[in-house]
Amino acid sequence: MNTTNPVYRKRLLAHRVGIALSVLAMAIGLAMLAWILWTLLANGFGALSTTMFSGDTPAPGSEGGGLRNAIVGSLMMVGLSTLVSTPIGILAGIYLAEYGETNRFGQITRFVTDIMLSAPSIVIGLFVYALYVANVKHFSGYAGTIALSLIAIPVVVRTTDNMLRLVPNSLLEAAFALGAPRWKVAMLVRLRAVKAGVITGVLLALARISGETAPLLFTALNNQFFSTDMNAPMANLPVVIYQFAMSPYDDWRSLAWGGALLVTFTVLFLNILSRTVFTQKTPR
Amino acid sequence: MSAHPSVALDKPASAAHADKQQAALSKTMRNQRIQDFIFHKVTLLFAASVLIALVGIIISLAIGAAPAFAEFGPAFISTVEWDPVDDKFGALIAIWGTLATSLIALAVAFPISFGIALFLTEICPVWLRRPMGTAVELLAGVPSIIYGMWGLFVFAPLFADHVQPLLKSTLGQLPVIGQLFQGPTMGIGILTAGLILAVMIIPFISSVMRDVFEIVPTVLKESAYGLGCTKWEVVRKVVLPYTRNGVVGGVMLGLGRALGETMAVTFVIGNAHELSWSLFSAGNSISSTLANEFAEAASPLHVSSLFALALILFAITFVVLSAAKLMLAGMSRKEGTK
Amino acid sequence: MTLAMATPTAAPSAKTKTIEIAGLNFFYGKTQSLKNVSLDIHDKQVTAFIGPSGCGKSTLLRTLNRMYDLYPGQRAEGQINYRGRNILEPGVDVNALRAKIGMVFQKPTPFPMSIYDNIAFGVRLYENLSKGEMDERVEWALKKAALWEEAKDKLNKSGLSLSGGQQQRLCIARGVAVKPDVLLLDEPTSALDPISTAKIEELISELKQDYTITIVTHNMQQAARCSDYTAYMYLGELVEFGETDQLFMNPARKETQDYITGRFG
Repeated sequence: MNTTNPVYRKRLLAHRVGIALSVLAMAIGLAMLAWILWTLLANGFGALSTTMFSGDTPAPGSEGGGLRNAIVGSLMMVGLSTLVSTPIGILAGIYLAEYGETNRFGQITRFVTDIMLSAPSIVIGLFVYALYVANVKHFSGYAGTIALSLIAIPVVVRTTDNMLRLVPNSLLEAAFALGAPRWKVAMLVRLRAVKAGVITGVLLALARISGETAPLLFTALNNQFFSTDMNAPMANLPVVIYQFAMSPYDDWRSLAWGGALLVTFTVLFLNILSRTVFTQKTPR
Repeated sequence: MSAHPSVALDKPASAAHADKQQAALSKTMRNQRIQDFIFHKVTLLFAASVLIALVGIIISLAIGAAPAFAEFGPAFISTVEWDPVDDKFGALIAIWGTLATSLIALAVAFPISFGIALFLTEICPVWLRRPMGTAVELLAGVPSIIYGMWGLFVFAPLFADHVQPLLKSTLGQLPVIGQLFQGPTMGIGILTAGLILAVMIIPFISSVMRDVFEIVPTVLKESAYGLGCTKWEVVRKVVLPYTRNGVVGGVMLGLGRALGETMAVTFVIGNAHELSWSLFSAGNSISSTLANEFAEAASPLHVSSLFALALILFAITFVVLSAAKLMLAGMSRKEGTK
Repeated sequence: MTLAMATPTAAPSAKTKTIEIAGLNFFYGKTQSLKNVSLDIHDKQVTAFIGPSGCGKSTLLRTLNRMYDLYPGQRAEGQINYRGRNILEPGVDVNALRAKIGMVFQKPTPFPMSIYDNIAFGVRLYENLSKGEMDERVEWALKKAALWEEAKDKLNKSGLSLSGGQQQRLCIARGVAVKPDVLLLDEPTSALDPISTAKIEELISELKQDYTITIVTHNMQQAARCSDYTAYMYLGELVEFGETDQLFMNPARKETQDYITGRFG
């Protein structure tokens, strides 16, 4: 290679710089992740203790306490929301893949679903407030669940739709060729073929709503005490973290970091789980 | 499934048997038709729920915002004043905050996302691709509030002590853009919020870029390599032009996300109702205003103004995300999936 | 266009015609891919459709169980009389039809379930069998498809765990389990190795004792080996149809001769 050619040398230099910058960019990305995780561990690890799980959120300035009510509240709302949004999302996704490939309604719905996927979650919280909370005149765990479901459903619909459309026609035709009715082909063959992928979608939706704060601000609000009453304001981790982190009390701040650590690692664990255990072999 | 006398194996059926079979078959057929009908309607209903939700959101926001727009008119959008005490509200500060932070985020995130996408598709050894790709995606998984806390308690102090004075003394001295880098170096503010947002949207933009980079036909790239192009040149001259629509789409997707981000921004933007040219100054975005004030908003006009802000935010986001979708649809056509 | 339809010369007890195709035209959107096709499928005989790529043989096969119905924009005109009833009429229940006219595809398509369930799936659609009866039926179907010995110890394993040739035999077993009248085979061995191919060809000659079989194949020798009647198609038209021996040894038309001797295609 004639490396003394000045034109070529310049090109080679540009190439090397470009590649180096690209590697640098990757390094920056990884560094950010590491930095954030390290921050969480450094600040939050100290707060991890049995009291965090056994005590309830303390009053301002008081000692001790934990996050039990917030953890339970979050589990209940996220759990109920997942229970509600999974069937709705999967069935909607089935509609789009089975019937909505070419018709106008299907195209519009797909478009809207993608918009809702990235829509500001605080606006969704506001919507639930205006529609539900303002009318029943109190905050509640149910309101929070509705808001979370509105965020989770588009995720499940999108993944289910995408996965179902990967199933090859020959498999579907084989089922039709036996005289199977459409609903059986859709549920027993098509959906089954991409089971792992659909579960991934549900897990991702679950991970997403576990960390959402904004939609809960005006719906579930918060609750200082332990309560399992879904029809009343409900404690939840994200809002508690928000409140405690912004406060001047050291105890509260410490609990906030502990809660942040808990939430983040749960969410990351769910993300990794969905990408490793439930890998979908693309149906051949 | 209706009961159907089982077919005896390898024995011919008698006439009466055949009739019974036929009747049972008809019954099964009718049941199947009913089941298919119900199935279609149920799945249709659930698919419609997403549409209904969207329409509901728009309507409820519009209803909530109506009093504010009635009171202030379209000038609401360009009014600076945001005074809960005197019940006078204008959206400009919040809109400026939203746009400024998002644009800063884009400007910073774009080159980094591009670099990451390039690395993952062209440079990274194959066995590392999956773990590294997952690591980047994990950035998207970290909840917004965590970014806020990290931003406020870790990033901001460092930013205030080390970076901001540097910016002030270098870029701050230049004639026109110097205005952007003036004022007290508090660490929080519009610039900080923009930078935190940048980290948040990097995984989204790079993920879309990765996907579109992988669509480029290998033969196209090989033709360029065959002429002696360096890898960098192949990317600049073959991959980028081919994926232009997808790249723009990815950027718009990132923008759409940044516009709506709430918690991270609320922590570090400073919550101040002032408008200033300096990026170091504290400000407010639409979402941070909503997060901070909605719970305590007393007067109906205050509440309505907040709804008006939400409507404006939703409208902007809707337009940006729609544009993103259109751009990406162009890429799918190229890939041949449409 | 002319078509030469040879009537069987040696006729034992009248060979009934299970399916009579008359004046069939088929369209993909505006493109016509079958032109005025008429032929008969005889009961408990193997009829083969042969011809070069794109001649319409698969299209023709797929009209027989109205598989094209799944795709808007595809339509058929003309008459296909299955046991006296024109299946192209609007009132026909397509699912019921497909229960009687089964299909095996080119690519083995095991359902994402156990081997047992793969076979039970079709049976459960129309029959209500007890566990014991279903076990019997599954065993019977697997034996018919010459897969019982290899599969009997792993009935609960996924259908996808079988080899390619075994998967195809599973699909045949699945098709046979519902006791259809007619079996349509769309290039059933083109994705398989020679040994699996031989096994399946053996299977076909056994199955025809109980079922009417129509097979599409791009392999002429396979048609010559396995079938009783052969239809040669070219560019959407039926060029010649007759008893296999007759068609291969003494074709009535030059085009047929050219194809068979390898002059083209």
